[in-house]
Amino acid sequence: MPTALLADSAWTDATIKLGNSFGAIAGFLGILLVVFFAAGRASGRLSRPLAIGIFLGPAVLLLIVGLVAPLVRTVYLSFYNDDSTRFLGGKNYGWALTTDSIHTVLLNTLLWLVIAPLAATGLGLVLALLVERMRRQALYKSLIFMPMAVSLVGASIIWKFVYEARDSSQQQIGLLSQLAISLGWEHPPNWILSQPLNNFLLMAVMVWVQTGFAMVVLSAAIKAIPDEVTEAARLDGARGLQLFWYVTVPMIRTTLVVVLTTVMITTLKAFDIVRTMTGGNFGTQVLANEMYSQSFVQFNVGRGSALAVILFLAVLPLVAYNIVQLRKERETR
Amino acid sequence: MSEAVQPVPLTAAKAVRKSFSAPLASVFVIAVTVLWTIPTFGLLATSLRPKQDVASSGWWEVFVHPDLILSNYHAVLFEGGFGNSAGMMPFLVNSLAISTPATIFPLVLAAMAAYALAWVRFRGSDTVFFIIFALQVVPLQMALIPLLQLFSGGAHLGGLTIVPAFDLSGTYAPVWLAHTMFALPLAIFLLHNFISQLPRDLMEAAVVDGASHFKIFRSIVLPLCTPALASFAIFEFLWVWNDLLVALTFAGGTAEVAPMTVRLAQLSGSFGGRWELLTAGAFLSLIVPLIVFFSLQRYFVRGLLAGSVKG
Repeated sequence: MPTALLADSAWTDATIKLGNSFGAIAGFLGILLVVFFAAGRASGRLSRPLAIGIFLGPAVLLLIVGLVAPLVRTVYLSFYNDDSTRFLGGKNYGWALTTDSIHTVLLNTLLWLVIAPLAATGLGLVLALLVERMRRQALYKSLIFMPMAVSLVGASIIWKFVYEARDSSQQQIGLLSQLAISLGWEHPPNWILSQPLNNFLLMAVMVWVQTGFAMVVLSAAIKAIPDEVTEAARLDGARGLQLFWYVTVPMIRTTLVVVLTTVMITTLKAFDIVRTMTGGNFGTQVLANEMYSQSFVQFNVGRGSALAVILFLAVLPLVAYNIVQLRKERETR
Repeated sequence: MSEAVQPVPLTAAKAVRKSFSAPLASVFVIAVTVLWTIPTFGLLATSLRPKQDVASSGWWEVFVHPDLILSNYHAVLFEGGFGNSAGMMPFLVNSLAISTPATIFPLVLAAMAAYALAWVRFRGSDTVFFIIFALQVVPLQMALIPLLQLFSGGAHLGGLTIVPAFDLSGTYAPVWLAHTMFALPLAIFLLHNFISQLPRDLMEAAVVDGASHFKIFRSIVLPLCTPALASFAIFEFLWVWNDLLVALTFAGGTAEVAPMTVRLAQLSGSFGGRWELLTAGAFLSLIVPLIVFFSLQRYFVRGLLAGSVKG
């Protein structure tokens, strides 16, 4: 594939680059067609293994190269020094668990992991219940769901602008400062710099993005509750909040857990918000971003890998739980 | 479903709904909606205001002095305005050039794998399926360093070269490859759920007629799976378009290959003051996903639900 060099004119540049992309797609599909055609002619005992190999082979190969081997290799690298030449044993992990700045990182990550998913799921659940009764609910739903389509970088810039603070002698251009002043707070702080408040302001961005997701999924789950169940509970005298806690919530428990897990995993792995808004400064660093800066800014691959492994271990229980659930479901099917 | 026949029973949602007081609930939903929309609206408004206005007053002043221009967009696209580059245009093109193949490659490969796991079953196919599902949770951060080393240095065992070093720097190939690899677990999982529910009779009839697996895949599975494929394609396109981590690692930061998210992240770090340009740049990066979102919302939602709600 030819290297896409930045051409003089923006349009020439665009033509070349998009030409490369569509050429790659055409080539990819072309190769597949030829392989399909050739392999489709094979018959007899060979045809089944051939089909399995061709259908499953590429995906399995890519997964081994892209995820399984890196997983093993990262664990291996995490026991070595910065340029992977000297075996260190558990020193990188020791460093991660005893360094003060990493303690802050771990604490922040834990806060993110608990607060952002709970807030997004909780708010999403309340909205899912309330929005159904309203006229033009599709409009409200789309607008609340819209941030889901926005990149976390885009979302960070949007909110960075909301949090923009100036000296209180000047006119404010950030919405939050202006609001604070309008409400009578004469000298509101520089939001992004105020610890530990800034951590929560950053989490608000994640909640802004994820609430719509939670709302849409939970609202579908609520609609799927069989009428008879609610009816029986009502005949037994359940009303209002009782109905909500003892019928609705248990009935959508599985979905609730799935949503919570999904948001948690997103939160744990996402580093865009912290990176874009504060660069991890002012006491807002999280594990995903610290891992990135250890490996790619400070070039300490060993420490970066150790942090990645810690991240993996943190996600592992969530996954294990989901797999157990999935297995149960498959067995009952 | 029973509403028309029996007027009395209420659905769960309705019953709970009834018990929340109506006006308060409406006020709450409207308040949240407004709160959720204002930040984006402020970004759009700012990107359309002249430089001096942005610097001297808040964007809500547009309601008083509606003085709107498009020159910020021109500046941010073609003039750079940030000192060191020729603007966002090449990055916008890169975003497109990365997202399109990175949507199609995993989609096709995942559909093939899902078909094999669901209908060409073999000993251990369930185990393979569960392992693939579990791979969803490997933090991408873990895969970055080894993958980067593989792309730049190849793979060696002792003195033996297993995979030679590819010279892929400056091309989109590493980004496409990485996105394809990382998308596969979720794609295979979702498409498998869909493909495995195709009618058994249909598949068996095709086999009896002597159709090869390749023919069945092309002429039965793909057409019947179009809705699932479409919703996952939207999902994957947005995911790739919005990605920062993979692009940052495999595309670097140059106008040659880096997408808009990378450029924006750089700009917001190095350049806080010129809000009129930063907001225009940010809105540019939102336009494509927002168009995709609002025009294909139904499929997008279906794609999300396929993964999280059991029907």
